[in-house]
Amino acid sequence: MQELTQQIRSAAKRLLQEERVDCVLGYREGTVPMRERPFFAYTPEEADQLVWTRFCVNNLANFLIGRQDRVAVVAQGCVSRNIVGLIQEKQLSREQVYVLGLHSPGMVDSAKVQAQFPNRVIHSVEEDGEELLVNGADFQERVKVRDVKRDNCYTCTHRNAVIYDEFLGEQGEETGGGNIDNVAAPWENLSLEERWQRFEETFKDCIRCYACRDVCPLCYCNQCFVDENQPQWCGKTVEETDVHTFHILRAFHCAGRCTDCGACESACPVGIKMRRLTSKLEKDIRELYGYSPGLDLESTPPLSVYSPEDPEPFSTG
Amino acid sequence: MQDKILDKSEVDALLERLGSEYDVYAPLRDQQGSVEWAALDSSSDLVWDFSNTGVSPKRFVFPQTECMMRFNNRSDDPEGMIMKQEQGLQRQQALLNIRPCDAKALKALDSIYCRDQTSNDVYWRDKREKTLYVGLACKSPCPTCFCTSVRCGPHYEEGLDILLVDLGERLLVRTLSEKGAELASNLSDAPDEAKQQAAQQKEEAEAAVRSQVGLENIQSRGIMELYEAPMWDREHESCLNCGVCTYVCPTCHCFDIQDETQGEHGRRVRNWDTCMSWLFTYHTSGHNPRGTKKDRFRQRFMHKFKYMPYKFDVIGCVGCGRCTQSCPVNIDVTEVVGEMNEPDLN
Repeated sequence: MQELTQQIRSAAKRLLQEERVDCVLGYREGTVPMRERPFFAYTPEEADQLVWTRFCVNNLANFLIGRQDRVAVVAQGCVSRNIVGLIQEKQLSREQVYVLGLHSPGMVDSAKVQAQFPNRVIHSVEEDGEELLVNGADFQERVKVRDVKRDNCYTCTHRNAVIYDEFLGEQGEETGGGNIDNVAAPWENLSLEERWQRFEETFKDCIRCYACRDVCPLCYCNQCFVDENQPQWCGKTVEETDVHTFHILRAFHCAGRCTDCGACESACPVGIKMRRLTSKLEKDIRELYGYSPGLDLESTPPLSVYSPEDPEPFSTG
Repeated sequence: MQDKILDKSEVDALLERLGSEYDVYAPLRDQQGSVEWAALDSSSDLVWDFSNTGVSPKRFVFPQTECMMRFNNRSDDPEGMIMKQEQGLQRQQALLNIRPCDAKALKALDSIYCRDQTSNDVYWRDKREKTLYVGLACKSPCPTCFCTSVRCGPHYEEGLDILLVDLGERLLVRTLSEKGAELASNLSDAPDEAKQQAAQQKEEAEAAVRSQVGLENIQSRGIMELYEAPMWDREHESCLNCGVCTYVCPTCHCFDIQDETQGEHGRRVRNWDTCMSWLFTYHTSGHNPRGTKKDRFRQRFMHKFKYMPYKFDVIGCVGCGRCTQSCPVNIDVTEVVGEMNEPDLN
């Protein structure tokens, strides 16, 4: 990872020095354990702050929306897929963005690491190959990375950037080894009542901070439906009806667009597993339309077009 | 103030006494393994070693969703459309093992919600008066804690009825109000060695708060000087304008009032609101005085560290570090405040 950090820095410096771009969007070392900060480097000197670690859990495509300048962006598989999605949806032009492609090693879920040390305060976490060195005030322990990756990184299908202007480091293993259908499968085996129960259980702790929405590169609407008040589609309370309306509608808006980047789950302050919903949508779109989002600039997302041949299993039984 | 002693094996007796008068809530370990506030059923569920809860306990005094009034949604009814106030809290509540910082936060908010006759929020006051605060001194502050920099600390007493200090097998019980003294009235006085142990623990805990911020330059600077400082241009860049920081915060206190109707039923309800949202200040005219992300980002820090100290001589922050811990993009309050306090703002 340190080697890739160096490569990102030198590529960023070169691009800034040659004035190919106005800034480089990457990650800077965070001030708390296991959370790096999205960072814009505008000068070659600032490029020295860029890092690449297993704690880069944001989706940088989100920060490209609405920018007018030329931006180089550090992008692993999922981020590059969201860049493709934004270009397809005309939120970004291909010329405006310079993609520094990478292979993702799978990012760490800080909650899983913390769960291994229930009563202890973690002061810092360092990467050491395939292990993490976890430091507290009076302890130092090792954790295997493979045990604490984010759920979506286990089921990843595209770890290498799918589009790029230059690829940094080596292309690597494409999949995370897990099967995303297994995340969706539990829903399919449940009765209607059980599904509803599971759904209620999943979202019961929501505090409606909208971090999941605001961290998501799909959620770029100028005015989100929950913020509209004429008419007001959704109430403002934390009562079930309003919380459920928000999450169901948001998930549906992501159908055929979600790349399973996991940024929503990483951002949630109360640990909600949004992927229980989105994984099922992802599976449906793949099975019904043969489509996986963000892989091809030339394709059209299935829910953006109408075709008389569109499958409608829900209307035929 | 009196120092009493309680063996942990006798906590049950205290809880029984509490339970007869109060609904008791405490930080408890949930199924996911994190410690969050919940109703306490049994003393064996109590957690003594935890840093702090992810979400602050302010909801017990200021619920995220609170029905203020109800009305009959019928204009043809003489009683219709007339607001009827909701009853207050039906039973007193006790917040057991509340961290001193969280109790101080509620105290700080009194300066906004019930300062004097003209600012008397009946909903806030009702629950403040019906709540007992039994604090648990902090043993191992997080790396993100900076309470000692903002007139607070791991053993801070203001805002508490009782402060408990965990001495291992025993608890030192420091009574800080009449209500607290009454609750602890049948306990024995703490021996000197226990008092010394608690005092030493206080010293150690204060020394363990590693994050520090200075506020002296913020205080001496004019509002506009801070407002126009170039630092905001870069500090806000990665902010998502989500509401995490404001909703986990023990001192953020803004709300939005909505009237809701369903058939003949109507209610007036207030919900937490967040100054991070563009909608927060959006005028009916279409004008938004805080129209940019930078405006909103700046507001939160200016409110806590400049406007509140300026207006009420109260810092709108207790240094719990939750905003830094929960921020999805690692905006660090100590870093931002550090920049605001830099000797040279340019």
